This record gives sequence, structure tokens and C-alpha cells, in this order.
Amino acid sequence: MKITGSELLVKALIAEGVQHLFGFPGGVVIPIFDALFSAPQIKVVLTRHEQGAVHAADGYARSTGRTGVCLVTSGPGATNTVTGIATANFDSVPIVCFTGQVPRDMIGNDAFQEADIVGITRPITKHNYLVLERSDLGRIIKEAFTLAASGRPGPVLVDLPVDVVREPGDPVYPESVAIRGYNPVYRGHAGQIRKAAQALRKARRPLFYAGGGIHISGAVEIFRRIVEKTGVPVVSSLMGIGSLPGDHPLDLGMLGMHGTYQANMAVTHCDLLFAVGTRFDDRATGDLAKFAPEATIVHVDIDPVSISRNVAVEIPIVGDARQVLEQLEPLLEPHSIDGWLRSIQDWRREHPLTVSSQDGLLTPEKIIRAICKLYPDAIVCTEVGQNQMWTALFYTFRHSRSLLTSGGLGTMGYGFPAAIGAQLGNPGRKVIDIAGDGSIQMNIQELATAVHNGLPVIVAILNNGYLGMVRQWQQLFYKRRYSSSCLMTGTDCPPQCPGPGEACPAYTPDFVKLAEAYGAVGMRVRRQEEIEPALTEAGKSRNRPVFIDFIVERELNVFPMVAPGAGIDEMIFSEESRK
Amino acid sequence: MKRVLSMLVENHQGVLSRIAGLFSGRGYNLESITAGVTTDPQITRITLVCQGDDNVFAQIKKQLQKLIDVIKVTDLSEARALHRELALLKVKARATDRGEIFQVADVFRARVLDVGLDSMVMEVTGASEKIDDFSAVLAPYGILEIARSGLISVERGKKQ
Repeated sequence: MKITGSELLVKALIAEGVQHLFGFPGGVVIPIFDALFSAPQIKVVLTRHEQGAVHAADGYARSTGRTGVCLVTSGPGATNTVTGIATANFDSVPIVCFTGQVPRDMIGNDAFQEADIVGITRPITKHNYLVLERSDLGRIIKEAFTLAASGRPGPVLVDLPVDVVREPGDPVYPESVAIRGYNPVYRGHAGQIRKAAQALRKARRPLFYAGGGIHISGAVEIFRRIVEKTGVPVVSSLMGIGSLPGDHPLDLGMLGMHGTYQANMAVTHCDLLFAVGTRFDDRATGDLAKFAPEATIVHVDIDPVSISRNVAVEIPIVGDARQVLEQLEPLLEPHSIDGWLRSIQDWRREHPLTVSSQDGLLTPEKIIRAICKLYPDAIVCTEVGQNQMWTALFYTFRHSRSLLTSGGLGTMGYGFPAAIGAQLGNPGRKVIDIAGDGSIQMNIQELATAVHNGLPVIVAILNNGYLGMVRQWQQLFYKRRYSSSCLMTGTDCPPQCPGPGEACPAYTPDFVKLAEAYGAVGMRVRRQEEIEPALTEAGKSRNRPVFIDFIVERELNVFPMVAPGAGIDEMIFSEESRK
Repeated sequence: MKRVLSMLVENHQGVLSRIAGLFSGRGYNLESITAGVTTDPQITRITLVCQGDDNVFAQIKKQLQKLIDVIKVTDLSEARALHRELALLKVKARATDRGEIFQVADVFRARVLDVGLDSMVMEVTGASEKIDDFSAVLAPYGILEIARSGLISVERGKKQ
């Protein structure tokens, strides 16, 4: 019996075990939404913007490990997904995004709501498809799900002309597909692994560098076992945070521009850097000439492109992080590296992370520490900027897949919709978005989505009235000229504002009223002693999102910091230490 | 340094644009690209010539291999391979110059395809350098148009 393309798509989603679909309808996808109307197995989550749909699917995927699915209409619906897709592509998140397209005979004619979304997303997807034959539909959907979740995962876009989804045809959804140009290597080369094990055994100052690949491949358990067995310390990239519990004595925290002192010093002085599932991003390495100058570098990654791109690698191993570590583990033995660990202890003591001790002062560090204390096992999302770096530094992550943050693309507006997706995928866990007052406004319309789906997500807004990270750079590197970074700027402000003062206009918007207008809970916190009571109260919400507007000190900076272009051991610890 | 890559790719719509887009998007230098179907109608062979140092070239190869529609990438830069390019040249040729131009064409084993009142069209095949030389020698007469195919390459067979 023949079924329509829409019916085949729904059948495919059910076969793939899709429980949540994030989407937004429009002209050419009405037939698909119509088919979904009679598929109770799939919960359709209507976001308020297509970007929110992709980020929600992304947060769902990162937190659960399952593929996130989106469905949007043609033209503007499709182009609105671009930032979300690029975000997922950079951070290797499995997403299948279905976009509607105008009928085949109108493609190329500048039809209403037509966009060449396959052309637009070609460089920001793992792969994409325009389905031109109804008979190809089943195979293409299967390929899309296969590609998205395997190898180095990533977003796959499938563009569906409306006449293809209306057309009756083959009802079969294939169980598997073979793609001859796609053969990701999972198992590491045995000889290379022996070499890596030998290098690790010989090293006097060995260091692991854990990346997001450890979470993606499910390698956390074997990685932790290897760390326990060898006693080798660990630094993490932003995406690798949580590979080892943040309170583990061998965890040195994040490396890079806003890394910890001990992490950056360890990288600079190690004689073996054993990197797993990471890209050696420029924010992590700083000046490449000064990066790990004394080290032999081992690099395990499933994507050969990532190996020896930024940093020359002596022992490359192409493979899946989990499989390679499982192959490696039997070849390793305990290390005696007491001297090295003592140096690390000294660095740790020399420049520990500091929380402003000034009494009563409301600072982001205190808020994040309190969130960590009250909700130590939460899924924490961030936006991008200071809020992101403070979270990476001050929340102690203990679990895999618990920090959801846009690492590569650095997308403001990611965190809140991602939190919605994460909450839907993890109904039993506390989900918290740590936001800035700038970035939360980039997808604030998703408050409606959170309210309508009864999601008790907590959004902690670190409200300083600035685009804080831009302001920090302006303060440190642009003579404190706060050009376009103040979110309170009004018509009465002087043309060249000297910085915050008594005459500053009030904040905009009133997040408490805004939350309430949407039917969410809004709270405002101005003093240190109010932090914990507010967070505790927020945690009691069972089916409503909570916005907490923390009015923090306006001109606080994220330290430590490495100036752009400097080596990662050249750290700044305060405004003064720069001078 | 100039490099030659020969690739087998899926004969899917948009595959050429994926490859060309990879070069433009990542700032690699693409000199020529040719595509044609193989004996299997589902597979296209693409020959491309690009420039880059060893690191860039290693990245280019890996990035190409990463494309889902790319089945196989072979580096023919230093392999025992045959490289050919075809060019069509329209040259200004007054009656008094024709004899000389015929002689030049003969030396380069070019074929004369058309003779007009004041121009000639010639076809020449060979290594890219040969075509460079041929057009350089003809330049004084005045080259009206030139169309080059871009390089196509095939590996030689085993000899032992």
C-alpha cells in the first residue's frame, strides 16, 4: 500500500525512536504537521522561533546523547535555523533538521518563501539533502539519522519539497543504509596505541587534555578509570569539563584564555600532552608557539581533520575516544610522578580562583557557587560571554553531559532554549541556565515554550547592564571606551560614557515583570544573603520556569585571563596585574 | 607548490559545489577543477589542481575525504601519472602570417580546426606547461580567445 511522503516521515521518526520534535509550522510543512497530528508517540514542541527549535533539539541531544530532531518551514523558517545548525556543527551535536521547500517545479523561480537552504547550510552541516524523488525519501531519512549520530556527530539537514511529501509512494523505511564515501574509523591503530602507551609510561610530567569527545563517545567511565590507574592529572577544554569530577584532586580545571593557572602552567611545563577528543581550539591554546613547548603530543580524535591542524602531533590516533581508551587501558600502569604533582599543587596554591570576599556584595562567583552548592547534580546551560566563563570556572561539574554551552561558535541565546530541550529530555533533573542580561534577550521568546510545556527551568540572570565580556575587553584593551556594550544606554547619556554612575538609567527590561507576563515566576535578588533563599524557592517550582534577576556589580571581570595572542602561561589576575 | 588530486565522487547534484565551496570557505587555492562521469554512471571523476604547502595540502586532502559524497581521493602530484590539458585557441592570423602559424602548430602538434579571413582556431593537448608555451609563442600574433579545460589525470599502470 502506498503512503504519502509525510506519512513515511512520521513512520521514520517513530522507527528512530524520536519522542520529541522541536518545530514551527508554515505553508509548505502543513502536510507534515498534519501527519504528526495523528502520531501521539511524538511530542511536538512548538517553539516561538526556529532558532529556539534547533537549540532546544541541541540541548536535548547534548544532555541525553540521543539525536535531536527539528521541523521548520521553507524560506525564513529554514534560514532562522542557520545559527542553531552552525552551533551544533561546531560542537559535534547530532541533529536532524527537516525543512520544507517549495514544490519541485517552482525551485529556482524565487517562489514565495523559497530559500536555497541546502546551499546556505552546506558548509555548516555534516551533510545535507534536497529530496527530489519521492522514491529516495526513505533512504535519505535513514542516511540523515545514520550520519548525524555516527562518527563525529553533527547536524544533517533534509530539505523536503512540498509535492514530495504529498506524493504517495513506497511505504518502506529501510533498517540500514550503506554510504560508500563514509566509513568512520572507531578502532585505533594498535601500533599507534602501543606507542602512545609507551610515551605515557616514559613521561615524567604527563598530562591528559580532555575534550568534548570524551562525553560524546561515552568515554567518561573508561577515562576516569585510566586517570585513577595512572594518577596522571587532567586539564579540560570547555567542552571536556566534567570528564573528571571537578573536585577530583587530579582535575586541574579548564585550560586556555580563561583557564585556571594550574591548568595553563601544567600545559606549558608538561613533557607529554595526551589529548583526547579535542580540536586544539585557539581559545584553548593561545599563542601556538608557546603552547606545550616541552611536550610530546598524543592526539586521539575520530575526525582526522582535527589532528595536526593547529598543533603538530607526534603520535596521532584516529578513532573513537571510548574505543581507543579501552584499547589503551590494559597497556598502562601506575605512574610515580610525585615531583610533577607537587609542582601542580604549588601552582594551585599560588593563584587559586578567587571569590570576592567583600561582604554583602552580589557577585557572579558567589551566585554560581551557591547554585553549585544547592544543585550539585544539575544540568547547567550557559549563554556566551562572562556568564559562560564564570560558570566553567566556579560550578563544579561532576557528571558527563551536564554542561551545555556553545563552545565553538559562541552563540549568545543558546542556553535558554537548550535548557528547554534538556529539561524535556531529562524530566527528573534540575536544569539551570546561567545567563547574562544581554544573551538571555536573544531567545527570550522561548519563555512561552517553557511555560506551555510546564518546564521548571531556572534561569539565573547575572544582570550587570552590560555585554560583559565585550565591556571587559574594552576595559582591558580599549582604554575603557565602552562603545555599544552598555545595555542601559538611553537618550540622556553622554556621547562618550565614562562608565557607570548615579545617573545611569534604569535597567531594561524588568525581567521579573517579563517573566510574570509570560506566566513564569520572576524574582529579583540584590544582596548576597538573598542568593540561597531565592535559589531554594526557585527549586520548589514543579511546572513553571523561574527567572531570577540577580542585580550584580556592574564592572566585574573574569579572571584569570590570557590576553588575545599571548601564550597561555602569560596570565592576568586583575586589572592591576596587567599594568 | 602545485598539487593534483584525482577523486571519485557520487554523481549527486551539488557535489561539485560542495568541493568548490570547501576551497572558497576555507581559503584554499583552487587552480582548476574538471568533472566527468566514469564508466559507472553513479560515479564522477573529478581532477583538481590546487596550491599549498605540505600542511595546507594535508588539510585539503583530509577535508575532501571528510565530504560524505567523496568516495576516494588519490594524490597524483608525485605519483607516476599522466596529466593532460586541452586548450582551444583563436589566434589573429592575417594571410601573410598563416604559414608561420601553421609551422608553430605543427611543432606543438596542435590541430587547426578552423581558418577564417583573419583568424584561426587551434586545438592543443598536453601538459599544462606545453599549453603555456604554445600560447606564449602565439601571443605576438594576437590571441583573441583561449579556452582551457583544466587538468585531467590518470595513474600509469604497473610495469613490473
